[in-house]
Amino acid sequence: LAPWIPVVGLEIHAQISSNSKLFSGSQVQFAAPPNSLVSFFDASLPGTLPVLNRRCVEAAVMTGLALNCSINKKSLFDRKHYFYADLPAGYQITQQRVPIAVNGSLSYSLYIDNKMSQMVTKTVRIKQIQLEQDSGKSLHDDTRSQTLVDLNRAGVGLMEVVMEPDMCCGEEAAAAVRELQLILQTLGSSQAVMAEGQLRVDANVSVHHPGEPYGVRTEVKNINSIRFLAKAVDYEIQRQIEELENEGTILNETRAFDSKLGCTVPMRDKEAKQDYRFMPEPNLPPLILYDAKSLPANMNHQQVINIDWIHERLPDLPSVKREKLVEQYGILPEHSFTLLNEDGLAEFFESVVKQTQMKPKKVIGWILKDLLSYLKQHSLTVKESPVSSFLLADLLNLLERNKISSTAAKQGTTDLCCFYCDFQVLVELWKGEGKTPLEIVKEQELELLQDEKELEQICQAVIDGQENEVIIMVLG
Amino acid sequence: QKVSVEVLERLEHLALVDFRDSEGVERLHKAIQFADQLHEVNTDGVEPMDSVLEDRWCLYLREDDVTEGNCTKELLKNAREKVEEYFVAPPGNIPLPKLEERGTFLQGS
Repeated sequence: LAPWIPVVGLEIHAQISSNSKLFSGSQVQFAAPPNSLVSFFDASLPGTLPVLNRRCVEAAVMTGLALNCSINKKSLFDRKHYFYADLPAGYQITQQRVPIAVNGSLSYSLYIDNKMSQMVTKTVRIKQIQLEQDSGKSLHDDTRSQTLVDLNRAGVGLMEVVMEPDMCCGEEAAAAVRELQLILQTLGSSQAVMAEGQLRVDANVSVHHPGEPYGVRTEVKNINSIRFLAKAVDYEIQRQIEELENEGTILNETRAFDSKLGCTVPMRDKEAKQDYRFMPEPNLPPLILYDAKSLPANMNHQQVINIDWIHERLPDLPSVKREKLVEQYGILPEHSFTLLNEDGLAEFFESVVKQTQMKPKKVIGWILKDLLSYLKQHSLTVKESPVSSFLLADLLNLLERNKISSTAAKQGTTDLCCFYCDFQVLVELWKGEGKTPLEIVKEQELELLQDEKELEQICQAVIDGQENEVIIMVLG
Repeated sequence: QKVSVEVLERLEHLALVDFRDSEGVERLHKAIQFADQLHEVNTDGVEPMDSVLEDRWCLYLREDDVTEGNCTKELLKNAREKVEEYFVAPPGNIPLPKLEERGTFLQGS
């Protein structure tokens, strides 16, 4: 049987992190009373006009630069027409002819095998980034056969990032989106939280035999997490292969991912092929951007966006941060990936390294194996860690100085975390209710020592800020 | 040059207009004829113009401040139907009835 080559492209919509909307001054906020963040323009009342938000343009330029794009010094706005209840104007203002940024690239890494032993770096080309309006939200009420429309989201600025079909499977798509998410969050141009709809991904999938032209592609929508993205893409690839091997055909259609069933299904609204009748947006002249060379002398600063100025102020991107971590601390590239993948973990690691004599190459093991696994098990973020970087550094110092046994230290971080978690409960109750620590421990079924005296000693030591004594008592 | 019934039907569907009678269609033909005059000008190698003001029209950039919104009551005054501050719409787009089902003169063509 001839092999199949899957081809995966992505269209990603990232909500711009700004105070107000793309073309109006109403607020951008998740979960507000329905239709409370809507201006007359957002509701498409006659006589209203779009006014471009400077911050949104800067966000798009930053993102374009971070993705190695060419920034178009002149870009244009267009109208994309279609009818839907949550699009009151009957058209969306977008950039179809000349978008703000084109021809970039995104590098991402993934593990070569399931053993997570080695990483490989891949690149996906960025076709373009365009500015466009978000639509409102429709709530379907099937029982009463009606749709409830909330326009709070209508008009919020979006950056659409189009990735060329350079990916071949769910894992690659997921890794690329994860890296994009980290970049957007580092830039601050979008908070890119998929669960809150700030990052939406549609996948274009097709398969073909080597040497033959690309197959018919389907578009997969309704993907709500990075994990589901990988699943949806892999399912669709398999579905297409099976269909074609059974002499079937692939329809050029839009399918929705059903996360419960783990499959893609054709979407309900099977309309004839859409014709968006693009036309230039007559109410907006071209968007002109400048750089150091072309900066106009006599213009009001507030009206000028300087690409070079923005370039100089870009923060370190994740890939640069990882390189610096590897170089500075001698850790493995794989380690740097894990550090950046967890919010706050890299900072925690650096903080511990500063406060301990243990070498960073050894510290990383404690961070990634002991601390991280504990946090994962208990669904805690780094910020919620019961053990502070200060305390962990203390533990590691004691180990370095052989004040605690290495076997004890092996369990050390986990034990300490468990202890501190339960301990917080203990101290709160001890302060409040006047019961003895032992009574509280038994009542709350805490996994602490049952020795009354020892318990009090430890409690007191923590209250007095004598972490070293605590660690020795708990682990010694 | 007449526009085919298929195209007319597609246009009615896309733009939600109703040509209604032969007069309506004739008006469309006249409009197309009028616009076709543009083809008489040779525009090879000429950049399309976006505005007569050309470089003099600067796109105004607004500061990212919240200056509007919070007028739910006013907005909902326009709604024929509402449910708890939501606008009410039919469930999804109502498809235009098929050619046979509409009392349109296009049937006869």
